[in-house]
Amino acid sequence: MMPKLNASNAVAALMCAALILLPVYSAATGNIFILTLFTRITIYALAAASLNLIMGYGGMMSFGHAAYLGIGGYAVGILAAEGIGSGFIQWPVALVVSALFALLIGALSLRTRGVYFIMITLAFAQMAYYVASALSRYGGDDGLTVYKRSDFAGLINLSDRNQFYYLCLACLFGGLYLIWRIVNSRFGLVVQGVRSNEQRMQAIGFHANRYRLVCFVIAGTICGLAGALLANNTDFVSPAVMYWTRSGDLMVMVILGGMGSLFGPVVGAIVYLLLEELLSQFTEFSGLILGPVLLLIVLFARGGIMGLLGRMRRG
Amino acid sequence: MYLVVEQLLNGLQFGLLLFLLAAGLTLVFGIMDFVNLAHGSLYMMGAYFAATFVAWTGSFVLGALMALGATLLLGIVLEYVALRHLYGRGHLDQVLATFGLILFFNDAVRLIWGPAGLALPLPAWLTVPVQIIPGVYYPAYRLMIIAVALAVAAMLYLVVMRTRVGMLIRAGASNREMIGALGINIKLLFTLVFGLGAALAGLAGLMQAPILTVQIGMGENILILAFVIIVIGGIGSIRGAFMAAIFVGIIDTMGRAFLPDLLRKVLSGAAASTAAPALSSMLIYLLMAIILVLRPEGLFPAAKR
Repeated sequence: MMPKLNASNAVAALMCAALILLPVYSAATGNIFILTLFTRITIYALAAASLNLIMGYGGMMSFGHAAYLGIGGYAVGILAAEGIGSGFIQWPVALVVSALFALLIGALSLRTRGVYFIMITLAFAQMAYYVASALSRYGGDDGLTVYKRSDFAGLINLSDRNQFYYLCLACLFGGLYLIWRIVNSRFGLVVQGVRSNEQRMQAIGFHANRYRLVCFVIAGTICGLAGALLANNTDFVSPAVMYWTRSGDLMVMVILGGMGSLFGPVVGAIVYLLLEELLSQFTEFSGLILGPVLLLIVLFARGGIMGLLGRMRRG
Repeated sequence: MYLVVEQLLNGLQFGLLLFLLAAGLTLVFGIMDFVNLAHGSLYMMGAYFAATFVAWTGSFVLGALMALGATLLLGIVLEYVALRHLYGRGHLDQVLATFGLILFFNDAVRLIWGPAGLALPLPAWLTVPVQIIPGVYYPAYRLMIIAVALAVAAMLYLVVMRTRVGMLIRAGASNREMIGALGINIKLLFTLVFGLGAALAGLAGLMQAPILTVQIGMGENILILAFVIIVIGGIGSIRGAFMAAIFVGIIDTMGRAFLPDLLRKVLSGAAASTAAPALSSMLIYLLMAIILVLRPEGLFPAAKR
């Protein structure tokens, strides 16, 4: 099927092209900073996109999504500290552990609804935060330095700036493609149906919570991948990655960009992190501007930036 | 034995402090259906105002009263300027907007008071230990916190259950549209309730200030505890919040005090010293998770709307 040409699709296409060409620009101008900044942005975009899968399409408002960032990161960091440097082991472990954690907390949390769901996911993330703080063998509160990035047997060199950027970008596009396929599959339609009317879906014979749980686990696994990337990017992982304000950051990215739109979280991550970076260049007190901007966006731009673009089309 | 009494009192004191914070949160949540993440910022502002005013006036009581007034005013201004436009919105919009306010307040405080923490020294008459039962001394200031918080709780109970304003508040909690239709100025009522919640948060902050340092981000950790309490207690229920707060305060304090020794009896020394701090910090969240798994609507579910 051919996507329609409208403001939000045009923005998404332009954004993808710009992300692909960014290393060329960076090499031409010698601006390395922009490449490292956007490496971080693509990783957070992937995490936000996974949150969007459950929040935007599944209607599950998880306030503990940053837990998977930490779990994926610690899987890489702990294995590296124990002398297992191969990415072929580290990354599958990161994904499997994230999936298991999501399965456990999803199975328990999905018994609740609404604000209670927000709070119970938050509680589990906080527990993960305190467990990580207590891992004194792996740095405890201070965090764990990853001295060597994941080794992929010469296939790809994660210490090379451009290669690592393209790896992150490939993961982001892969994640978005997966989410797109899920959302448009029978499974995804059921999940969205449950979001809009759970009782009706139950009545026509769908086991709502099973669909929800699978969706929750998929999102957690994708975010675990983002965590593995993040640990490689910063060469460091600490409990702070899992703190509730970080989960809040991810939520902000999703809502800012536009919940339930495929590229919304990517736009949200770019705008939020760029704004934070730009503001911190000329003022130490970026929150003084960023905070009210968030408030204004909520008050005047419902549906986030992609929602705004969608309205432009309709005039 | 004395240690247990002392820790029980500490737990009670912490629980009552949490109640002050949770009461405002549960009122605003129950009546306006508004999730206010910035409640922790009001707590922080209360502490900063108190540190400033006490240093300025030289009197602890006077400074504390001025700080209380200042947070009340701040809450009302905040509600009037921004938050009242968010009442009809979904919880997510509210979370996003008030998350923005947290960022704003943290940097505003850093701009005004600087990044280093402040200390709020106690006057001499509050630092003496008091003998509560023969052989057991307890700091006078902590006793004062218990007394003030209990008095505020009693006052809150009387206001909500025995006065006309309280009746309107309860009516607003059970059906907002209806009391608006009956000709009550609901906007004014909401502003008042929000201001009251802000003042309670400020009171909690300024009373906690001499025990801990006054610093940026002090409201964030405790805000989550307050949310835990209102979820355990059932959203919108002040009585539930009171019981849950004391429960949480005592469990948290006792866990931190005695869990390490208990674990050491079961586990090896090294394992116990690793597990104890994590487990005692997690205890509250574990408790909430268990309660929500067993009772998905909290312990004292509020009446159905």
